[in-house]
This record gives sequence, structure tokens and C-alpha cells, in this order.
Amino acid sequence: MDQEHKTADQGHKTPNYMAIFYWLAGLTVVEVGWATLLHDNRKPLIIGLVLFAGVKALLVALFFMHLKFERKTLGLIVASTLILGVILVSVGLAEHYLPRP
Amino acid sequence: MSSIAVAEHHHAEPPSSTGIPHDKMGMWVFLCSEVMFFTGLIGAYLVLRFSSPSWPDPSKVLNIPLTAFNTFLLICSSVTMVQALASADRGDLRKMKLFLSLTLLFGAGFLSVQVYEYNKLLFHEHFTPSSSLFGSVFFTTTGFHGFHVFCGVVCMAYMTGKAFLGKLTQAHHEGIETLGLYWHFVDLVWIILFTIIYLF
Repeated sequence: MDQEHKTADQGHKTPNYMAIFYWLAGLTVVEVGWATLLHDNRKPLIIGLVLFAGVKALLVALFFMHLKFERKTLGLIVASTLILGVILVSVGLAEHYLPRP
Repeated sequence: MSSIAVAEHHHAEPPSSTGIPHDKMGMWVFLCSEVMFFTGLIGAYLVLRFSSPSWPDPSKVLNIPLTAFNTFLLICSSVTMVQALASADRGDLRKMKLFLSLTLLFGAGFLSVQVYEYNKLLFHEHFTPSSSLFGSVFFTTTGFHGFHVFCGVVCMAYMTGKAFLGKLTQAHHEGIETLGLYWHFVDLVWIILFTIIYLF
């Protein structure tokens, strides 16, 4: 019974939150620098920014929101939402980029 | 943890078929709906931006260093929030109160900077929601995010008050985790918005 009520995040080793914080702060500085330096170079600018923002979002979700230590059920629920979100944005953008009949 | 505290703790968490406490599961389901909400806003921004023949350079209209500082404030608030939960788990209630107060302070700081930014844009630079398509999507998206931060700050004030009144203990602090999930989500959304709206 006791075990049943335990969530997956209970009992995991506490992550080094300060290290995550330094990464997030550092990446923000790099991101602003990247945007300033590559201001007129759109392709590498966008690829870099998406990469940095993705890593930062992943760090927050995995370590601060404890998704890394949660049950798979929760991961599946979140993943399915994200997939729907990607489809929504892709369809919106596809309407603009794909040739119209 | 005493036997009474353990019994109280179990009373607070009825069995769930998923193995995830109901309050936490409820918050995650709510956050999933919020993901779709912000995806709609971000999607609209991207579609409008890429289909517009001309789009203003955000760095010429918006104050990037100020907003980068604001992003830093929100990241700080996330780390203090997670430290508040870790302190409560350890039973260090003094640190829990300190970290909750700091989170509240950082959240209020973020809102203050946003109000300052809006005031400058609206009344000094005459960049309004009706001045351009960029203005419309900028104020809609950041405004909704700001409203979420405001709601978070109100809840944080309530939670901090509860902590100082001694209503949060090592056995009973589920609210911190649930509120923390919401708070980190708001931070996560800002990380994306800052990149897409301010730096693209």
C-alpha cells in the first residue's frame, strides 16, 4: 500500500538544481549573443535559437518539473500533447509554404 | 516522520489508478491544455510572421537587454521554487519559507519589469496592439503570459502566507509541488516566447 502511493519522483536522488540554473542562465546569455552576432544571417540564427530554446525548455521540464523521474504514463500524456502542438503549428505553416492548387 | 504525520500524509493522498497523486495529475492535465493554448498563440505568431511581406525587426522595437534580464529573473524564480520543494521534502521549513518568499519576489519583479516595458512601449514609443500586426500578436501573446505569471504570483502569495502561518509541514506540502509545476511551466513558456518574439 505504502509503495502504491509513492510517485516515481519520490526516492530519486535530488538533481543538482544550481548546475541546471547555471546552464539556463549561460544559455540565455549565449542565445542573446547569438541573436546579436548572426542578426542578418537568418538560417543559422533560427537553427541556433531553436536549439538553445529547446535545450533550455528540456532542462526545465526534465529537472525542475521532475519529468525525468516521473512515471511513463505522465511522459506519454505530455508527449501526446506536444505531438498535437507540433501538428497544429506544422499545418499552419504548411498552408503558407506548400503550393496551392 | 511521526506515525501521526505518516497517517495524515496517507489520508491526504487517496489511492490513484495511475500511481500519481490526483492533485499532481490534475495539474499536469491542466498544463497539457495550456500547452495547446500557447501553441495556438505561438503558431498564429509564426504563421503571421512568415506570411507577412514585411515584419519589423524586434530588436529595433523591443528592449532586448531588459527582457533578457527579465528572463533571468524568471529562471531565478524557477530555481528558488524547486529549492523550496526540496527544503520542504527535507523538513527544513525555514529554508522552505525563504525560498517561497524569494520566488514570490522574483515573480513580482518579472511582472514589474513587464509593466515598465508595456508602459514604455504604449505611452512613450506609441507601439500599441493596433499599430501593426506585430503589435497585435506581441501584446496578445506576452499579455496572456503575463496574466499567467500574475495568477502564479497570487497563488504564490497564498502559499507563502500558508507557510508562514505554519500550515505547511514536511508531511503536508503537496501544494508546493503542484504550484511549482505551474510555475515552471510559465517559465518554460517564457523561454520559448523570448526566443521567438524577441530574438527571431
